[in-house]
This record gives sequence, C-alpha cells and structure tokens, in this order.
Amino acid sequence: MDRTKKLKFIIGLSITGLIALMTIIGIVKTPYDPCAMDGAAKLAGISLKHPFGCDQFGRDILSRVLVGVRETMLISACVVFIGVFFGTVLGTITGYFGGWLDEILMRLNDAVLAFPSVLLALVVIGLYGSGRYQLIAALGIAFVPSFARIVRGEVLKIRNLDYIQAVRLYGASHLRIIVVHILPNLKTVLLSSIIIGFNNAVLAEAGMSYLGMGVAPPAPSLGRMLSEAQAYIFSNPLTAIFPGIVIVIMILGFSLLGDTVKKN
Amino acid sequence: MLKVEDLCIKIHDRKSTETVVKDVDLEMNRGDILGIVGESGSGKTMTALAIAGLLSRHDMEKSGHITFEGINLLECNRKVLRKLQGYEISMIFQEPLNSLNPIIKVGKQVEESLKIHTTIEKAERKERAIQALRDVELDNPEAVYESYPHELSGGMRQRAMIAAAMISQPRLLIADEPTTALDVTIQAQIVELLKKINKERGTAILFISHDLSLVNTLCERVLVMKDGLVVESGNCSDIFNDPKEEYTKGLIAAIPKNPFDIA
Repeated sequence: MDRTKKLKFIIGLSITGLIALMTIIGIVKTPYDPCAMDGAAKLAGISLKHPFGCDQFGRDILSRVLVGVRETMLISACVVFIGVFFGTVLGTITGYFGGWLDEILMRLNDAVLAFPSVLLALVVIGLYGSGRYQLIAALGIAFVPSFARIVRGEVLKIRNLDYIQAVRLYGASHLRIIVVHILPNLKTVLLSSIIIGFNNAVLAEAGMSYLGMGVAPPAPSLGRMLSEAQAYIFSNPLTAIFPGIVIVIMILGFSLLGDTVKKN
Repeated sequence: MLKVEDLCIKIHDRKSTETVVKDVDLEMNRGDILGIVGESGSGKTMTALAIAGLLSRHDMEKSGHITFEGINLLECNRKVLRKLQGYEISMIFQEPLNSLNPIIKVGKQVEESLKIHTTIEKAERKERAIQALRDVELDNPEAVYESYPHELSGGMRQRAMIAAAMISQPRLLIADEPTTALDVTIQAQIVELLKKINKERGTAILFISHDLSLVNTLCERVLVMKDGLVVESGNCSDIFNDPKEEYTKGLIAAIPKNPFDIA
C-alpha cells in the first residue's frame, strides 16, 4: 500500500469510526430529547448549552443530528443487507446455472436497474404509505440488481476454474460447490461493494427523506432537517449547515474506505 | 475396465454445429497406461472430460458408449455417476495454479473426496490426507496439510492435486497435460511419480499430452488424435519406430533430439 492510499484508508476508517460512535450515541442517549421544543431557544445560535444551535421550534440540533445519523445508518444497513442477500442469491443462481433461468432473471434485473430508484420508491410509498419500513423495502429492491450483477460476474469467473471442475469431479453436489467452494471466494468483492453500497444507501436515504418520503415527522432525519431548514437558510444557516456537513462526512468516509478496499 | 465406443461430441454454437470428437474408440484394462497425443484442438481433452463426466449438458450432444466397469456413463443417472466420479475415476488438470481453491487449506481439499463419498471420522480423514501427501513424496506433509495453495510452488501444488485425486484409491486416473505448466525437471519427477502410483496400486492412467517424448517414457500404448479423429493407435514402441501416418511422422520429427540441436 503506498502512502496516499494508506492516508486515505486511515482517514476513511477514522471517519467511519466517528459515524459509528455517533450512531451509538444516537441509540444510547442524546443530550436533549430530539423532539422536545424550547420556546426560549428558537433558532438559538451556537452556545455551550446547544453546541450546534437550535431549530425553528427550539429543538436541539445536535440531538437531532445524532438521532438522524442513527436513523440513516439503521436504514442503510437494512437496505444494504437486503441488497447483498438477495443480490448474492440471485447472482449465484444465475451465474452458476446459466441457461434460460439466467436469461429471464437477468433481464428482470436489467428492468429494475433501468427503473429510476426514486420513482420506484414513490410507487412503493404511494401504495403503502411513507415510513421507515416502506423506505427500506423500496430502496432494498432498488439495490438488489447491482449486487446481483457483481456477484454473477464473479461466479461466472470462478465457476470455470479448474478447482471447481476438480470438486465437481470428486462428486460434490451443486449446493456444496456453491456454499463451500464459491461463496467464500466472493468475500473480497463483496466487502468493497458493501462499503460502496453503504455510501449510496446513505445518499439515497437522505434524498428520500429530503423529499418527505422517510420517517414521519416529528422524528428527526438528516434529509428532512435540510428541507425544513430551507426557509431559514439565509437568516439562520446553522439549521442547514450541521445536518449537511454530517451527510457529506458520512459519504466521504465510506467513499475513501471503499476506494482503498477495492483496489487491494 | 474402460471401453469407449464410437464417441462423438458435437457442440452447438449459435448457428453452426461443430463436431469436436468423431468416432473415438479406446479400451483400457486395469493397470494400463494409455497415452493420448495430438495438437491443440484435436479433441484430447474433450474425450477425457467426457470420460470423467465433466461435460455440461448445455449446447452439447454426446453419442456412443463410454462403459466403465459395465456401467454406461453417458446414460446412467446422476446418482450412479456421482458415486463413480472422484471415487473410482479421478482427474488431475493442466494448471496447478488454478486447480486448488486459493482460500481453502490444501489438506481440506485433499480430503474432499473422502468427505463426500465416505463417512470416515474427521481425525482419520486428516490422517489419510497426510498419508496421501506423504505418498506423493512431499516433504513435511503435516505442514503442507495446514498451508494455503499460494504458499506452495507449482510442482508441490501438482503433487497435492495428485494426492487429492489418489486419496480414494481410484481405479482410473485421468491426467490432462499434468506436466505442461511445469519445468522440465519437475516434469520428470511427476512422470516418475505417476509410474510409481501405477505400479504400486495398479491404477490405470489415461495420460494426455502433446509431448511425445514424455508419452514414450510413461505409456505402453498410445492414441494419436487429429481434428477429433484417432489417426493411429497401438504400442508405443511400434508407433515410434514405424509410424504409419504422415501426421504421426511429423509429430515424431518435431521432438528435439538434443537440446543443443535446435539451430
């Protein structure tokens, strides 16, 4: 690993660590109740009591950001899990068996991939209402195809190597070949795509909740904090700056980490 | 033991059909060493894969008979075939770099066929794997058992492959150009090892190569293939001393007599 890459890795890892810490704090205890309003502290600036200031209802922005990070991370984790799980299943089946099953599933896959994910999310939310679980389902479906493609390509490559031929000759069943001999070989490829997937999921979640398709108010979320802050952006930029910075930092951390893991 | 009659393999491409193996006949008894020689694309490997049952069913048509111990391999059901594969019929491949899974310990891969076909206990499997590694003349088999493929050299990997193929004491070992990717001294060692296995255990060996001099040192009988056809077959010494076909003459003439003779 050369020096710039090492530096990237260290920065990426520390940012991701910081995000993890924020998530944990968001789960355990925030300085204030993120939904408690304080009429005296409306649009308050930076102070010792409120390090990030307060929003238009006098709610502590730091607490809301922490809970928002928690929310984003939980949703992203679920979305990436759905994508990886179904993507791996689909990709392995299509890549390993090939034939008409491969054709049908991969064309369906292409269809989902071609569909804009925002539109897909709108359809799901239109049918089932907005909320955390609907958002997870909508984004999860949208994330499956890219993982399926990555896994399929890798399985196609491994399937034809001599060692798979050798275990086939030893009489191993398809299930054994897939589970014991192929899936463990996907680890490295999956690790980098999981990190990049996290990156995309955070962005998608923030975008969705900015459009009002995330968790219902008054529960905090980074995206909606940005959209609510729009009205005060010139008079009171603090309300927008902190959630914005946190989103940027999250994306940056995952990108840096994903970049270094991928090239190794 | 093994009888192949009128084996034809056709590959259906998108538009045209190509026959890669035409009417191949061969017969092997226990303890035989049969060589198949021929240039690239002559159908040697396809014949071997068909005998091993490794050709996929997609886009491919096989006809004729491959009879192993009285069972027709082309028609028997998958369960019977799976019992034979790897236990009675084993195979080693050309590229030792690709023929071991990079992330599984060598020992576990040597054990694989015992794990699939028998109910032997873990400890005994390990013992037999180490014995198999010792039988292929690897130094320090305990250490090899615990190592990953990238820690071994090409020759060591090929030996480990032979150990994996031989652990179930198969009756037929198919060696598909097992020495092509190795350097000359290792080649000679591997050929000696195959000879020893054949003599001590009576395993029949189907040795595929394009190196006639190697075939001459190892095999009793030889088939010469070209464009999917067997052009000549018979005793090794007969064919070497008195080749009938132009193609065989050409192949024999291509053996370098003396390494300094090239110019």
